[in-house]
Amino acid sequence: MKAALIAIALLFALPAGAVEPDEMLADPVLEQRAREISKNLRCLVCQNQSIDDSNAELARDLRILVRQRLVSGDTDEEVTQFVVARYGDFVLLKPPFKSTTYVLWFGPAVIFTLAAFTLVVLQRRRARVEAKPLSPAERRRLDSLLDDGLDP
Amino acid sequence: MPKRIAFIVPAVLFLVLAVTLWWGLGHDPSIVPSALIDKPAPAFKLPPLEEENPGLSEQDLEGQVSLVNVFASWCLPCRAEHPILMRLAEDDVTIFGLNYKDKPEDARNWLGRLGDPYSQIGVDLDGRVSIDWGIYGVPETFVVDSSGRIRYKHIGPMAPRDLEECIRPVIERLKEQGPGLETVELPASCQGSKG
Repeated sequence: MKAALIAIALLFALPAGAVEPDEMLADPVLEQRAREISKNLRCLVCQNQSIDDSNAELARDLRILVRQRLVSGDTDEEVTQFVVARYGDFVLLKPPFKSTTYVLWFGPAVIFTLAAFTLVVLQRRRARVEAKPLSPAERRRLDSLLDDGLDP
Repeated sequence: MPKRIAFIVPAVLFLVLAVTLWWGLGHDPSIVPSALIDKPAPAFKLPPLEEENPGLSEQDLEGQVSLVNVFASWCLPCRAEHPILMRLAEDDVTIFGLNYKDKPEDARNWLGRLGDPYSQIGVDLDGRVSIDWGIYGVPETFVVDSSGRIRYKHIGPMAPRDLEECIRPVIERLKEQGPGLETVELPASCQGSKG
């Protein structure tokens, strides 16, 4: 029973991130928006963590800044743009869709299509070769080989 | 003919991939290009380190080609970079200091012991102004033209090579040609060069 309760509690537990209690906003709606924005902002000190996850000092400063912007009435988009204007597109964990990132967005699809195309062409070619029936000479040779193999 | 294409296409694809990956090997991902290149320096106003001196604001950056160097006494690479800044200051390059999240007394001691290359220093106690400059690690150094526009950024400590091959050429070209200079061609080893 106790184990089941703990299991259920764990199931509903939310990831805490690196947000300290003193950073949190009193308004739960604003705080939730801040969390969502922070999750897509890269911590440039650690690079592969969001500022929501990182314990770096700069990440903390940016989390507080995000909250200040929200309290002063910025939309989510405005807050993100505020940070991008200072740190560039690299600060976004989800890269923006624009001409300089087309390779990033379309690259995998292009490579997949090329690979699929190559595979189909190779498969067809092989099928064509296999469709050719054996000549009588080949048939006789095959039969004799098989007979040899079967005899002990 | 189709046989030749079947040979050339994969070979070309392989070469493209190899060149891309080769470029990636030589590319340091911890150096993030600044979003502020060719933009006016952000507006700011910071108090001085010594009370009797002026602080630092974006207006001070206008009127001469200058460096803006972000430093802290607790930052070891800044210590390594310090002699380079002293050498530049001796050559009459204007250097503005942005003292990042430092204890003012520590910063005063540090400069007292090692020498002070800065024309003016602004103290950024909480690091808020540095965020406007897109700082994510000290030391970082900007080259600002005489109209107050940011033209080049070096992340991390400047080595003698960075100084001679990258920073000095930028400063000299900007001094010769003024802020109207469109682009500064630099060796590929410089952080600000494209590609």
